[in-house]
Amino acid sequence: MKAAVPLPVPPHPAVASLRRWLDGRDVALAALNLVLLFAVALKFPDFLAPRNMADILDDTAILFLMALAEMLVILTGAIDLSVAANLALTGVSVALVNAAHPGLGVAPIIAMALVMGAALGAGNAVLICKLGLPSIVVTLGTLAIYRGCIFLLTGGAWVNSNQMSDAFLNFIRVSFLGLTTLTWIAILGIAAAGLFLRFSVAGRNLYVIGGNRLAATYAGIDPGRTQALAFLISGAVSGLCGYFWVSRFAVAYVEVAQGFELQVIAACVIGGVSIAGGLGTVPGVVLGALFLGIIKNALPLIGVSPFWQMAIAGTVITLAVVINARSEGRAQGRRILQENTA
Amino acid sequence: MTPPLIELSGITKAFAGVRALVDGTLELNEGEVTALIGENGAGKSTLVKILTGIFPPDSGTIRLAGDAVTIGSTVNAERLGITAVHQEAVVFDDLSVAENIFVSNRPRGRFGMVDWPKMRRQARGLLAELEVDLDPNLPLRSLSIAQKHLVQIARALSRKARLVIMDEPTAALSHREAEDILRIIERLKYEGHAVLFISHKFEDVMRVADRYAVFRDGATVGTGRVAETNTSELIRLMVGRPVDQIFPKIDVPFSEEMLRVEGFCHPTEFDDVSFSVRGGEILGVYGLVGAGRSEVMKAVFGVTRPSAGRVFVKGQAIMIGGPADAIAAGIVYVPEDRQNQGAAVKQSILDNISLPNLSRLSTAGFVNRGRERTVADALTRRLEVRMSHLYQPVEDLSGGNQQKVVIAKWLATEPKILILDEPTKGIDVGSKAAVHRFVAELVGQGLAVVMISSELPEVLGMADRIMVMAQGRVRHTFTRAQATPEAVVRAATDA
Repeated sequence: MKAAVPLPVPPHPAVASLRRWLDGRDVALAALNLVLLFAVALKFPDFLAPRNMADILDDTAILFLMALAEMLVILTGAIDLSVAANLALTGVSVALVNAAHPGLGVAPIIAMALVMGAALGAGNAVLICKLGLPSIVVTLGTLAIYRGCIFLLTGGAWVNSNQMSDAFLNFIRVSFLGLTTLTWIAILGIAAAGLFLRFSVAGRNLYVIGGNRLAATYAGIDPGRTQALAFLISGAVSGLCGYFWVSRFAVAYVEVAQGFELQVIAACVIGGVSIAGGLGTVPGVVLGALFLGIIKNALPLIGVSPFWQMAIAGTVITLAVVINARSEGRAQGRRILQENTA
Repeated sequence: MTPPLIELSGITKAFAGVRALVDGTLELNEGEVTALIGENGAGKSTLVKILTGIFPPDSGTIRLAGDAVTIGSTVNAERLGITAVHQEAVVFDDLSVAENIFVSNRPRGRFGMVDWPKMRRQARGLLAELEVDLDPNLPLRSLSIAQKHLVQIARALSRKARLVIMDEPTAALSHREAEDILRIIERLKYEGHAVLFISHKFEDVMRVADRYAVFRDGATVGTGRVAETNTSELIRLMVGRPVDQIFPKIDVPFSEEMLRVEGFCHPTEFDDVSFSVRGGEILGVYGLVGAGRSEVMKAVFGVTRPSAGRVFVKGQAIMIGGPADAIAAGIVYVPEDRQNQGAAVKQSILDNISLPNLSRLSTAGFVNRGRERTVADALTRRLEVRMSHLYQPVEDLSGGNQQKVVIAKWLATEPKILILDEPTKGIDVGSKAAVHRFVAELVGQGLAVVMISSELPEVLGMADRIMVMAQGRVRHTFTRAQATPEAVVRAATDA
């Protein structure tokens, strides 16, 4: 039949499939990252050296992983403010275990970090998805609880590098093809996130419940269970990153990763994840995290205090939100009026 | 004889004491289209929600092919082969057409991974079956409402539905768009599906339905074959209720014209709407949901801006740039949606009533709490608000009493023109009567009232004149003497 309504002109198939992976915003963000890199390189050509690029990736690896995990939660229309506190509590815990049992290998440490992180995430999930409490309040509370627990565990004392075993410290530093294990894990995490969100039913349902919770219920999808999974993954990834963090900086103490949740959320928002849920891509978040990583590494080089980093990130977030609001504002409402000829 | 596919008998359902369904009885057969007809609030949507497992009935039995079943959940409804295309397209705007169709049954390939090429192929197949020309890759955001409905129908088919429920699928569509939906309904019937078609458009009902069921006040009041009836008969069944409500209509001499609206236009919502109302007069505004009634009144109140048109208060042209201008000119609007637009529900009754009156109640920038209490006390007494004290949060009150607080809040501003949008929607009978009494009293004091209502008896019982709107335009304005239920419904439904 002839469609009654004029259809939008379909794009060329190749363009369409490319667009499914990269939307216009991702391309713009990638361009912004490149401009940034080359602008710094104009003055400091060494900035573009492979060695430095690898360092930036290693430095941003934890942010990649954390931002992707946070994206899962934000896609469902919730937020997890407790990620950095979870990271810190789990990181300090595994450091203490390592200090007490230096002979333990890395595998048990990683397993412990994942399980402990997931358990902390499950706490959030029960309160938010089962009891229906607002995620911003719940995770603000658990953030404080987790930080408080670190103090109780350590009594405020530090775990220093000389208390950490070589295996504990070296695992993430081993270099393979010029990149550290940590960087490779981040790359694997990016690929896994991409596959999960594109090809798994659970991953697709994160978009579904964030896009229209009521419609999801009507379609027979349980929003609570789907959202709980996001908090569980967010917790597990935070826990794993806890080990990476204390190993990378070779010290564990109460203020580990203080305020890091803001950078994690910033990476998501810059990457085009809608805080209202239902919208966000893996390439976007990766580029958003990379943007923050580049700024962080470039500022000291060009002689600007690293304290400027958050101010610059904040400006970009505000701009990103303005752009999002403009592009989402065109959604059409219902039409009541009809043509007179009808 | 084979039993009907679905048989509902004696279904009841109440929400917070308000009875939505009293005796829902219905038979649906495979290969047949059954039209469900009734006024707004007759219980049609409640019945649909029970059938699709969104909530359970309070009592009554549901039989599927002769066996009593409990639907229980949306998942189970789907398993039983019951799917619905909801009135407001319930879709995912940021997902593609294909994924919207298969949202709860995505085709899977190896390792349980979503098989996108297969999903797109199957979507294309389903759309082709429906003879709909749509690219499965398009995001739903880019589609028209009609196309979104088509996607929902494809979704229903993807689940091997035996019963497809269509809740006013053509209400918001133009004639040509509706044509596509009607054609598909005929096709579904031909292929042996049972279709429950809910519609206000008699023309559509006459065309596609085999049988009809008329609902009134939560009960089935008539069923039969469409071929053996006609539009007038259906309208009579729909509105012909016993006059069980006495309306406190007092005839007041009309004073001068208070409000006149001329040539109000809006690009998408309404066109060339003009009306006037005098002091002491109630202008009823009737129409189906989505006729554009609230949209016009919101523009008069300055919440939205019309693209053309003028407003006169007592013959004087005024500029309305926002609600503050309207209030200053003596116009107030009591919105339909109490919870979101009408009241600050978490605040106390006292705070709600004072809200638009703070400057009047204060001296040198400080609110005079004593005067605030006196005013609120007098108004709540006058409106018979049932409450324990003025400091109670509004959300603790019943719907009817919440509405009284909202009206009280505006009365304190001493308006000249009161626009009420569905003032008694979803409130209990006792509160309804109190609201009606109060409106009558206000008109007696010389106020001009514009009352939007979907309840025919309310409009017929209260209004001095009735303006009927449909699809964003004024269809007819009746005087009290001319207005018969049949004529008013006819004007609103295009029959």
